[in-house]
Amino acid sequence: MRIRCPHCGERGNEEFAYLGDATVRRPDHLPEARAGGEGFADWYDYVYLRDNPAGEHRELWHHVHGCRSWLVVTREVRSHAIAAVEDARAVARARKPAGEA
Amino acid sequence: MATPSHSRRLPQGGLVDRTRPVAFTFDGQRLVGLAGDTLASALVANGVTLVGRSFKYHRPRGILSAGAEEPNALVELRAGARREPNTRATAAELYDGLVAASQNRWPSLRFDVLAVNQLLAPFLSAGFYYKTFMWPASFWEKVYEPLIRRAAGLGRAAEAHDPDRYEKATLHCDVLVIGSGPAGLMAALAAGRSGARVVLAEDDFILGGRLNAEDAAIDGRPAAEWAAAAAAELAAMPEVTVLARTTVFGAYDHGAYGAVERLADHLPTPPEHGARQRMWRIVAKRTVLASGAIERPLVFGDNDRPGVMLAGAARTYVNRFAALPGHRAVVVANNDDAARTVAALSAAGVHVQALVDCRTDVSPALRAAADAAGARLVTGAVPLRAHGRMCVQALEVEEPGGRHATFDCDLVAMSGGWTPAVHLTSHLGGRPVWDERALAFLPGSLPPGMAVVGAAAGAFSLDECLTTGAYAGIEAATAAGFAPPAVEVPRAERESTAVAPLWRSPRAGGKAFVDFQNDVTTDDIELSHREAFRSVEHLKRYTTLGMATDQGKTSNVNAMALMAELKGEPISAVGTTTFRPPYTPVAIGALAGHHRGKAFRPTRLTAAHEWAREAGAEFIETGVWLRAGWFPKPGEDWLAACTREVKATRGGVGICDVSTLGKIDIQGPDAARFLDRVYSNTMSTLLVGKARYGLMLREDGFVFDDGTTARLGEQHYLMTTTTAKAGEVMAHLEFCLQWLWPDLDVQAVSVTEQWTQFAVAGPQSRALLQRVLDPGQDISNDAFPYLACGPVSLMGGVQGRLFRLSFSGELAYEIGVPAGFGDALPRALMAAGADLGVTPYGLEAMSVMRIEKGHVAGAELNGQTTAADLGLGKMVSQKKDCIGRVMATRPALVDPDRETLVGFKVVEPGVRASAGAHFLDIGAEPTLENDLGHVTAACFSPHENGWIGLGLMKRGPERIGQRVRAWDGVRKRDVVVELRHPVFFDPQGERLRG
Amino acid sequence: MRYSVFSLLSQALAGNTGWRPAWRDPQPRSAYDVVIVGGGGHGLATAYYLAKVHGLRNIAVVEKGYLGSGNVGRNTTIVRSNYLLPGNTPFYEWSLKLWEGLEQDINYNAMVSQRGVLNLYHSDSQRDAYVRRGNAMMLCGVDAELLDQDGVRRLAPYLDFDNARFPIQGGLLQKRGGTVRHDAVAWGYARAADLRGVDLIQNCEVTGIRVENGRAVGVETTKGFIGAGKIGLACAGNTSRVAAMAGLRLPLESHVLQAFVSEGVKPMIDQVITFGAGHFYVSQSDKGGLVFGGDIDGYNSYAQRGNLPTIEDVMEEGFALMPSIGRLRVLRHWGGIMDMSMDGSPIIDRTPVEGLYLNCGWCYGGFKATPASGWCFAHTIARDEPHAYNAAYRLDRFATGRLIDEKGTGSTPNKH
Repeated sequence: MRIRCPHCGERGNEEFAYLGDATVRRPDHLPEARAGGEGFADWYDYVYLRDNPAGEHRELWHHVHGCRSWLVVTREVRSHAIAAVEDARAVARARKPAGEA
Repeated sequence: MATPSHSRRLPQGGLVDRTRPVAFTFDGQRLVGLAGDTLASALVANGVTLVGRSFKYHRPRGILSAGAEEPNALVELRAGARREPNTRATAAELYDGLVAASQNRWPSLRFDVLAVNQLLAPFLSAGFYYKTFMWPASFWEKVYEPLIRRAAGLGRAAEAHDPDRYEKATLHCDVLVIGSGPAGLMAALAAGRSGARVVLAEDDFILGGRLNAEDAAIDGRPAAEWAAAAAAELAAMPEVTVLARTTVFGAYDHGAYGAVERLADHLPTPPEHGARQRMWRIVAKRTVLASGAIERPLVFGDNDRPGVMLAGAARTYVNRFAALPGHRAVVVANNDDAARTVAALSAAGVHVQALVDCRTDVSPALRAAADAAGARLVTGAVPLRAHGRMCVQALEVEEPGGRHATFDCDLVAMSGGWTPAVHLTSHLGGRPVWDERALAFLPGSLPPGMAVVGAAAGAFSLDECLTTGAYAGIEAATAAGFAPPAVEVPRAERESTAVAPLWRSPRAGGKAFVDFQNDVTTDDIELSHREAFRSVEHLKRYTTLGMATDQGKTSNVNAMALMAELKGEPISAVGTTTFRPPYTPVAIGALAGHHRGKAFRPTRLTAAHEWAREAGAEFIETGVWLRAGWFPKPGEDWLAACTREVKATRGGVGICDVSTLGKIDIQGPDAARFLDRVYSNTMSTLLVGKARYGLMLREDGFVFDDGTTARLGEQHYLMTTTTAKAGEVMAHLEFCLQWLWPDLDVQAVSVTEQWTQFAVAGPQSRALLQRVLDPGQDISNDAFPYLACGPVSLMGGVQGRLFRLSFSGELAYEIGVPAGFGDALPRALMAAGADLGVTPYGLEAMSVMRIEKGHVAGAELNGQTTAADLGLGKMVSQKKDCIGRVMATRPALVDPDRETLVGFKVVEPGVRASAGAHFLDIGAEPTLENDLGHVTAACFSPHENGWIGLGLMKRGPERIGQRVRAWDGVRKRDVVVELRHPVFFDPQGERLRG
Repeated sequence: MRYSVFSLLSQALAGNTGWRPAWRDPQPRSAYDVVIVGGGGHGLATAYYLAKVHGLRNIAVVEKGYLGSGNVGRNTTIVRSNYLLPGNTPFYEWSLKLWEGLEQDINYNAMVSQRGVLNLYHSDSQRDAYVRRGNAMMLCGVDAELLDQDGVRRLAPYLDFDNARFPIQGGLLQKRGGTVRHDAVAWGYARAADLRGVDLIQNCEVTGIRVENGRAVGVETTKGFIGAGKIGLACAGNTSRVAAMAGLRLPLESHVLQAFVSEGVKPMIDQVITFGAGHFYVSQSDKGGLVFGGDIDGYNSYAQRGNLPTIEDVMEEGFALMPSIGRLRVLRHWGGIMDMSMDGSPIIDRTPVEGLYLNCGWCYGGFKATPASGWCFAHTIARDEPHAYNAAYRLDRFATGRLIDEKGTGSTPNKH
């Protein structure tokens, strides 16, 4: 698999480490949640539940043996075709604060 | 059978060098071939027809093909540590001194005892083993399986370590061309002329593919001559890389291909320091697949007899190798290609007895060929059975009207049509599509960037190969961004490739083989159908069809067609099995490369390694690090050395290299806020010049890692991690900074390699340090108390960092210097402290002291423990958000019944306890219900003068003072221990603050 | 028809023309008491035990491809019960016990070969972890033996003892572990289930799950709607996809695991051996091929194939462990889709949708679990409550924190 790092160019996937689904969102806005209580479901979703689609998947990769940037890769997981690779920090900065729809 | 001799070599012609004889042996028999031979062609030239035995029935077998698809002619090539079982004689290049032996036979190839299986064949039908060998159950491992295993297998693997080297390299190119037959050569020439970076990979040791095996003309020149000229032109192009002896074995994602180049398989041994094989990772923008096609056998009775050969292979032996596979031949076919077989054999002096064609209406060209050869043309006829045992002696055919005719022969050249080698098109999931006209599966959806040309695409004629190759080459170069080159397609014949179905002889006598190597017959396929194994995958798995070393290259299509017939469905509905890499088997060594033995993984050494080695250290593997374990003096074992080191440290001063701990430099205006979020405890309140122990959780609330963090400046921290988690923690911090909280203004960088760090521990540590520090620096308890940190100057101006930290529980420091001084630091400490008795200590002593002090380490930080389990529950601040805080509140994580850190001491003096033992109540049966937890670490404690340890135990802290057992069933130990508070040594911490 | 040496002989003498189909090829009925989605090992075993143990008669298994087309036909055939945690060990030991009696039970030789599973250790800390595990096994009545280097050398003299980067110190041996002929497990269960009246419906893909008033009432398929009193999902790597049809979101990711087989050679490896300085496992099939594998590729995938870096890594580990295999050739490599759960352990449970049951999360350890998985899933479906053996495999454990994390790597599926 070849991943086009926005900083380093196209590299083999052996240079990257995979984390997983980039669509789940840490509920930073619910720091006081406790198990069984209000807001916990959001945390449970974030830590454990995944859509795991058989199709396009936005996912986090880390260019661990390269520039060490975290990347958001949009990949079709049946064919492995990659539609886009974005710098994760840029994606993160562009999104709304956690908890805002 | 003819006596082996040179009698079968033609006096002229072919691409062999008659001036260079090559000696080799087969089953001990000394034979001579020529340079340019394969082992198979040399055997043919020597008149050797019997070369192997089949897998199940041990049927005598000869050479079927002249290429990678060979199912029969498998040998053990070479001997001793270089023995290579199951080597296809058709793909093995002959070299001087080559040693080959037949396999899967005993005692000899001609007299093979297990040939008795042929008599038992009715009982050995497909899948017979699923129906028996079940009684009694215990007999499977003891009786049946050993017998089956011994009978199965093919050749014998080498027993000694492989003495050869393997290497790997990566090639980037614009256009990868796979195969150098007419289509591949044309594609490479076209793309090469555009200036594109082209890689041309060819399995064979010469370029040209079938051009070397055919009596054909291109632009009026002999085909082989044209191929040689094309090869020369390619070799002269600076941007073209030609890789002969190279098999592209697999297609992977995004234009990556795996290939293996056989650098030295044509030599007796690789050159000194040279590799045997090289694996190429080829990254191509565009790929042209010109892998050709594989001829299909005809399915008739005893079609596996030696001397029954694929027609194209017979032509190859005659034309390319000038070797006669027989003297009297019958050509039997269902297609127009037979004309060339008849012509080639006849031209070589083979007496072609008959041309048997299943079609009633045959082309004039075919008639003309038969006439010219003086062969009887038998149309509308089907082969019934080959006669002969060790070599074919006659072919019996059924003519229209049911009349049988038998033709004496020692060669049957058969052709059931051609199967495009579409394997690489389907490695990424593409499904080949059945084409009724070509009677072949043609490439379906292709890997991105790939084009398929020539016979691989069902364009079988020479003219079509050249044309499709040229166009694909132009297209690939253009797509890769190059100007279209001027290419003129050479002129060649568009010979007829008409073919009619003949999937099996309708009235075959004897066994009719579909998969030769695995002995799968038409009966087996019928049985598979009868028993409901009707999907192609069931057929394959139940009968083992296509699962031999040739992966069904010659058998799959015939089998699918038979299954289609049995199911009454078109072949297109039956489909084909999945092609998987590798295209042909690839040596494990080539795929592994040089990462073997000591070079399997890198070895990380600290900057002070050489000092430790000189000091007599025994090293311990810690991940990829080598760390000093202990420093034995003469006569000491590890325990004696470790105990001495502990005593010397606790009694005076010891030094220990702790450089492998992860060190992360963290700076920025938001550094304090950031650390509060990644640590469960608070770091923002840390004063500049102070260090603090920190605990990190994973987001699921379990403990991730621990270590100390020092505040070097208002916006500057130095974090330490455990050795094991250094990489993971760094990646985690980057994740937090880049993805979770991108607006925090913080930079983090690993400086593990940049700093050497030594622990200096013991009551004399301050005195020792004072001696290596440059004058004027006050490290008295008042000026530099416990947990102080700051810059220091030492060893005459080296700018280091001093931390007053203690893992040992002693008055202790950690001193850091730039790694360039990593070797000088311990030498300076040892020199300065000679009169203080300074002693180097290793991991073992460090571990003893940490157990005595009750510090947790890797065995407790096992990813299954919570902060509370480790007695660190108070370190999870409830005043702020941090990674893992919410999930840590889940009921099971705060269950009071959880196993919790506890210390213990063995009651009976001198008796050992061991890590991994489980805690049981005294008198309790060793059962899961009675399991109380386990021992995480144990050691001989000089302080306690006995064996102590730490463990995780259900409600352990509530039971301090009680006695339980440390039960170690696998070591057959069972000792009574007294539960203790985990801090055995200086529980008030007076020493480390002293 | 019963399989035996006698049936084999009599059929052989009759030209093998009298063998009966191993299973029928029925058209789906309009409704069943239980529909199992997924005709792999677990689904077929579930159907068999539902019929055999719980006496249900009206059962269908619907399979989108051919029987056994999933992971049961593409694994490395290892069976063992050498687990650490109390939620796991009794379950896998029950599975091993079922394996031990399987062939006589289903009248099919699945070649259960208890040749031993040897886990090598290469450091003191790894030894201690194996000792902990070996003791945990013994506490559950599972056999475990700790071997030192000489003990390993006696069993497997061809390993690298002289020049290894991570020298072999010893191993943990479970003698009762071993291998089973994987396809035969699917076929044996299928045939036995068919004999008990289970309808095995191939080429029948589930395209929807019909839920009415919070209760699952049937499945939409490519062969039409099939009503069901209860629906059990045994879809391995496709579980998320199928469960989503009933509105469920699960703690699963689908990952590709590659496996490898070499050309056949005469016997050289007599046990299952795992390398401790990496992740590599190998055995030799009765046919002679070395069957081996390593880590998952590590990224979400439904493609049943992987990439070169993992392949190269597996080969490095194999060659490092066994320096004589360099010239042996890899014949074929392939991939399967693993339902990687968030703690590395499976789920056999009811779901929030009434009448819908879940069997998933097998990561890459599902094959060895086949009998117990089917047995426990059948129990859970028939009795509407888990058996003690699968009591820990609850779906809600991720919310309660009662995780079964053998490796201790947390909620990161690709690290399990």
